[in-house]
Formats: sequence, structure tokens, C-alpha cells
Amino acid sequence: MLDDDSFAEIKQIFIEEADEGLDIMESGLLELTDKSSDSDREAELINDIFRAAHSIKGGSATFGFNHVAEFTHLMETMLDEMREGSRSPSADCIQVLLESVDCLREMMNAVKEERSADSKRNEEVTRQLEVLLGYESKTAAENHDATKENESNSLVSETEKSASDDAGFNNWRIRFEPSPGILQSGNDPARLFRELNNLGQLEIDADISQLPALADLDPESCYVAWTLNLHSDCSHQDIEEVFEWVADECVLSIENNRQVGAAEHSEDATGQTSQESQTDTTKTENLEEKLSSKPTNTGNTVRNEGGSIRVGIDKIDSLLNLVGELVITQAMLNRYSSDEFVDAQHGTLGELHDGLAQLESNARELQDVAMKMRMLPIKTTFARFPRLVHDLSLQLGKKVELKIIGEQTELDKTVLEKIGDPLVHLVRNALDHGLETPEQRSAANKPETGSLTLKASHEAGNIVIEVSDDGAGLQHNKIIAKAIEKGLLQEGETIEPEAVPYLVFQPGFSTAQSISDVSGRGVGMDVVKKNIQDLGGRVDVKSDAGQGSTFTIRLPLTLAILDGQLVRIQQNTYVVPLLSIIETVVVDESRLNLLASESMVYRLRNEYIPVINMVKLLNTEANELQGKANPATASDIQDKLMVIVESGSRVVGLVVDDLQDQQQVVLKSLEANYQQIQGLAGATILGDGTVSMIIDIPGIIEICFGAEDAGALGEIAAA
Amino acid sequence: MDFTQTGASAGEELQRISSQYLTFMLDGEEYGIDILKVQGIQSYGKVTPLPQTPDFVLGVVNLRGAIVPIVDLRLRFDMKQVPVTQNSVVIVVKVQELNKERTVGLLVDAVSEVRDVGDHERQAAPEFGTSVNSDYIEGLATVEERMLILLDIDHLINSGVMEQVESAQDRALQ
Repeated sequence: MLDDDSFAEIKQIFIEEADEGLDIMESGLLELTDKSSDSDREAELINDIFRAAHSIKGGSATFGFNHVAEFTHLMETMLDEMREGSRSPSADCIQVLLESVDCLREMMNAVKEERSADSKRNEEVTRQLEVLLGYESKTAAENHDATKENESNSLVSETEKSASDDAGFNNWRIRFEPSPGILQSGNDPARLFRELNNLGQLEIDADISQLPALADLDPESCYVAWTLNLHSDCSHQDIEEVFEWVADECVLSIENNRQVGAAEHSEDATGQTSQESQTDTTKTENLEEKLSSKPTNTGNTVRNEGGSIRVGIDKIDSLLNLVGELVITQAMLNRYSSDEFVDAQHGTLGELHDGLAQLESNARELQDVAMKMRMLPIKTTFARFPRLVHDLSLQLGKKVELKIIGEQTELDKTVLEKIGDPLVHLVRNALDHGLETPEQRSAANKPETGSLTLKASHEAGNIVIEVSDDGAGLQHNKIIAKAIEKGLLQEGETIEPEAVPYLVFQPGFSTAQSISDVSGRGVGMDVVKKNIQDLGGRVDVKSDAGQGSTFTIRLPLTLAILDGQLVRIQQNTYVVPLLSIIETVVVDESRLNLLASESMVYRLRNEYIPVINMVKLLNTEANELQGKANPATASDIQDKLMVIVESGSRVVGLVVDDLQDQQQVVLKSLEANYQQIQGLAGATILGDGTVSMIIDIPGIIEICFGAEDAGALGEIAAA
Repeated sequence: MDFTQTGASAGEELQRISSQYLTFMLDGEEYGIDILKVQGIQSYGKVTPLPQTPDFVLGVVNLRGAIVPIVDLRLRFDMKQVPVTQNSVVIVVKVQELNKERTVGLLVDAVSEVRDVGDHERQAAPEFGTSVNSDYIEGLATVEERMLILLDIDHLINSGVMEQVESAQDRALQ
């Protein structure tokens, strides 16, 4: 027996596999709706979907999730009809199957969270499936007939049916002893076995104890009896049907062995023969495999291709930590081998140098490989969009073609998980507000079908994700009017054209004419922006009226390592994420202006940039944060360096004492042993083993200027 | 057979009535921390200071790849701060907080020794104002005619340090 732990583990694997299966089913069904695919491809798709449904059914029955198994059985029946060609994959069927996939996903989620599923929806979809299958009337009629014929008989089959339903899969043990003359009547046992094999997993054991000596053997007689073990969800009746034609010419017994163990036990009686016939069994099986070109077999080989194992994310993280340590140790050793530490009298340390250089490249490589273990293709996130677009375009009555480019682009699992929702929002918005209805499009001389593109790519150590449409684009006058209505802009205030689209990222902003189910509740774009910023990324928007709009998300490849610019502030070294730095300038006093004797701005070319004095803000002398971090006088920061950084669309200047190296740093949490500090993203360990703080640009801006919504004006000026 | 059994039960007996404490000096007084809480002893090296932090948190250090805060126990107990000497050490402790473990370094004047403190040697802390809040004192013990102050380190770090850290941050951000 399995202990609880390994059972839970296997169950977990099944749930994960079921998820994958559901994804396969969903994407297959969606591709089926695209009528352009040829019939070969269609058959292949139906097979794929069928296999996925079949394995979910099998697995759920094994784990006792009978409601899941029963439900999947209905889907499987419909898919089977399609596979055989007796049902065409009509739009109705596919829509119902898609809904069934949703239902099934919900059931699996319920199983995962160990709660009960939403049975109402389940029943509704079950009903739809049954109607399409023509079940309801048929089963009723059948039952009726059966009752007429033989009441007790139908009762038996009823109980049997429910018994087999209970367990889902049964181990049928069939003893088949044909009469010697069976071959003469034209019946071939191999044919029967092939049919049984179609019902489930078949094991054949030949009993050749009755085989006479060669001299006595009549080649036209059959001396062999068989013991068959069938692992299948079929009913007693199904098996009987197979043997229907030979019923008169054989001794047949069909038993249901619930436990595999029991089956093996009873075999002990014929222990020796089973040992002997072991080889026969394998031979028969091989033959069976060769004979049958069942798609299941090819399906299995395809599945095994990638060659992957499932590893807990915590294990990878601890590996990453260790590798990070190795890199630091290596950097430390490197320092000691450098000239200042080498005593001239002891000669050169050439070999040590070489060894360390090698260690460095090895450590870097190891780090790269370890980092890659956390990386997954963005495909998993993009996979939900075909369905979303399909459903939404139906709902909105729009024609949309979704293009997905670069779904193999890899990014960190953590980033991947968090980017899903913002992307959903952008896609919904594009469909709801961006793309026009077919009528509007043809009126504007555009093809009726709009296009929506999701594109992922790597760009200089960043991931760039673009969501673009060829819809109406953002209409500047509408946005400005709305911004004035919402109090985000003053009447008559002028604003640069490029800054207008950024207004949609303001909290409470929505231009939707009516609040629809899809989008337009006014929560959204600001949340999108915040989520992306939390991931250390930024979002840009470009839009031409009538030509469509493009939202571009830039994200760091990973959250665990970042490229940093080391800066000195007083005696301490801090890390500023390189991604947010625009440029660095030397402070020129004449360009500094005091605003309302409180805050200071710096004129950089033609923009006024708020200045943050990092020495004041991170004053560690008093060990407490001092006021609002404005420089007391302009001369305080004269000739110091100012790092111009941006966060979202805000640009600020950070005054620091000195610039040092640029290097990759491993992000460490402050929270683990201490607690999070606002304005700091975390800490890292430098090559010399000391700890350095990583500055969190959005956090710093929030400390100095309050939350984003309070700074609408500054943002507009900055943009 | 009998032998081992007697040995084992005698050992159990010993464990029940006495515990081991790491003792250290702070402003002329001797303190003790349950040895099971101690992870190690470190020399006091370069500490990276933190903003928005009460003064008794000196900053953080790198402890085998983890970022660990260093608490100056003198400052925490409102004693006079003295320059770090050759004897100054950091005692690294692991404390339990709900379902989380936290590693913290404590800067003290010097460590003395590890000693057994029997139950019979221990008494409750008197309820009067000392610079060390009696909440954080597990008890007092007399060892070789000297007083040993036994600290409740979990309580000290959780409420005596982390709570203050939080309020300091709130103040700083107002």
C-alpha cells in the first residue's frame, strides 16, 4: 500500500498533468474552430483532445474523483464520435466542449483545494453534453425496453453498471477456453483479443497445458486456453459482446477483480505455467502493439520527448543562493590575488591568477545555468489568450485575429506568474476599447477583422512584451476631456501630445462610454502600471488615432539578479538598478530652483526635474529618516553628481556623492531576518563581503512625493 | 543493561533540573542566554547602516550569505555606548516568532563561558525598574556568589526589538 505522503505526491502529479491536459484540450478545440485547417490536421487535433480527456478520466477514476471521471466520460464519448467521423466538430459541439473544459478545470481546482466544486454549472454543462449526445431520450427508452423484456435482468445490469461506475476502472479477469473446433468455424481468437485491447489495457496469458505432443497435434484444432486480464472501465456486457459470436464454442468466465493483488494471488495456483508463459505474454503484447496502430502509443512517445523533471522551486532557489555565494567568494579571492595584496618577495602568483580566472568563468557559467532553471517560456502565460480573445470577441460582436509572436521567450517563473493579470487587462482593453466593430472598421476602410498582437522578445537583458492592436487608437481629445472631468487636469491647461496617453494610467480614469462587463470600471490601467512597477519594469504606450495603439512592457529578466550602478552616499555604497537610470549629470547650481522654498527642482534641458538629496533621505547618522529629504541649500549639492532616474513616467534626480562600478548583484531579502524598509528593494553582498542596500526607485519617489495619484501634475510635466 | 538505564535516567534528571546558558558581560553585569538559541559567536566587523531604524539597530552584516541585523544590547538597554574593543563580540541567536525564524546578531562587551544553571539556583526577577525591562528577564541565578541575569531572548527580540523597529519606521515616514 502507498503511504499517505507518496499518495499525495502522486495525486499532485496527476493534478499537474490534468492541468496540462486541459490546456491541450483547450488549445486543440480553439484550433478546431479555425476552419482553415485541413482534415488530417483536424483528425490529429481531435485525437489529441481525446487522449487528454482520456487520461484525465483514467487518472481521476484511479484517485476516486468519480464525478470528474463521469463528467469526462461524457466529453470522451462526444470526442469519440468525432474521432470516428460519426459527428462533425460543429461550432455548437466545440462551444459546449470548451465550457466542459472550464467546468473540468473548476472541478480539478476544487480537487486541488479539497473543496466541493460548483455543481450547478457542472449539471448545466452535463445536461448540454447529454442533449448533444442524444443521451437523455435514448437511455430512457433503453431502460424502458429492458424493463419490458426482463425486469430482473435489467436490475442486474443496473447494479453492475453502478458498481463499475463506482470504481471507474476494473480489472476484468477473463478465462477463455475455446472448444478445439473453434478455428474451423472461422473464428480467430487473436481478433477477439484485439477487440478487447480496444476496450482497455489487456494482458494475455496463454495456457498451453493441453497442448498434445507434436505427433498427435491436429493443426486445425485449437488446444490453447487463455487467461486474460483486462484493465478497463468497460462493463461486463461490453466484454460479453466481444465473445458473442463464439459463445457457443467456448467455456467463458468473466470475473471482476477489484484488487490487482487478488488477481495475482489466484494465479499462484497455476504458478508454474504462468512463469513459463511469461515470455509468451510479452511476445503477444509486442505483436499486439505492432498490429494495432493505436494513436495512444504514438501519443506516449511524443510526450516523453522533452525530457524534463519537476523540481520544487525552493530547491532551485537554494541552489541559486549557493551559486550566488560562490560568485561572491570568487570575487573575494580575486581581490586578494590582485597586485596590492601580493608580496613582491614571494614572486608572482601566476598560477593562482590563472586558476582564479578559470574559477571566475566557471562560476559565471554555473550561475547562468542555475538562473535558467527558473526560466520558463512565456508560452504558459500566452496560452490563455486564444480562449480569452475567442470568448470576448463573440461577446462583443467583433472580429479579431490574434497573433502571438515569440512565445518561446523565457523569463523568470515569479515574473511570469505576476505578469498574467496585467496582460489580461491590456488585452481586454484592446478588445473592448481599442478594436472597432466590423461595421465601424469597414466604414474606416479597414479590413473587418481586427488584429491583436502579443509579442515577446529579449532586448538588452530585458524582456519586452508588446500588446498592440490596429483599432481606433487612443483619442487625445476624449482623454483630455475625461482627465478634466476627473480633476486630473485643469481646464485650459496645456499638455504635450506625448504625455496624453499616459493619463490613462491615472487612478480612476476610464473613457468607456458605459461600464461594461469587460472593462471600464476605472480600476485597471493604474493597477496594471503598479503591478509592472512592482516587478521592476515599466510600461509605455504609443498610440495614433485611427491606427491602433501599442502598449510596451519592459521587465527585468529575473527578480533574483539585477544590473546595478554602485553609488557612494556618505561612507556607504548603494546600488541603483541600472534599468531605471537615464543619465548622470554634475549638478550646476545655476540650474537649481527652489519651489515654494520647500522642494527643489533642477532644469535639465527644458524639463524641470524634482531633486532628491539621497544624503538627507538615507541619513544613517541619526539613524532615522529626516523629513522630506530636500536639500537645505543649493550650495549643499553644488558639484555633486545627480543620477537621473525614472519610474513609470516620473523622472527625478537623485543626488549622490560618487559613482562607482556597475555590476550584477544578487538580490537578498531584508525581510528574512529584519524587516522591509521603504525605499530599499533589498540588500546585496558585494565582492568584498560587505552588505550594500539596493535602492527602490518607486519607493523613494513615494516617500518624497506621496503616492502616485498625488503627483499627477509632476508626472505630466515629466512625461 | 541496568547500567545504561540508570545512566540514561540520571541524564534525563540532570536535563530537567538544569539548563545551559552562554554568559556574557554588559556594562559590568553578567547575562545569560539559553545555549539552544545561540547559533554562533562572531567578531564585530563592518556593519552597513540602515535608514528608518532605531539607533540600537546598528545595521546589517553578511552572515554566510544571509543579511542579518546587528542589535547593540547596550543601546537597547539604554546603557552608555562604548567604543568597540578587542573583547566585543556578536552573539548570533536564532529566535522563534510565530511560524518564522529570525537570525539576529547581538553586540555585547565580551562573552564569558557556558555554564549549567540548576532549577534550584534560579529565581524570578524582582519587579522593579532596571534599565533592562523585567519583561525580558527570564530569571536571576546566583553563580559563585555573583548574580547572573537570564534573558528571555525570544521575547526581547520580538517585542523589545522588532516592535520598536516598526514604530521607528512609522515615525520616520510620517
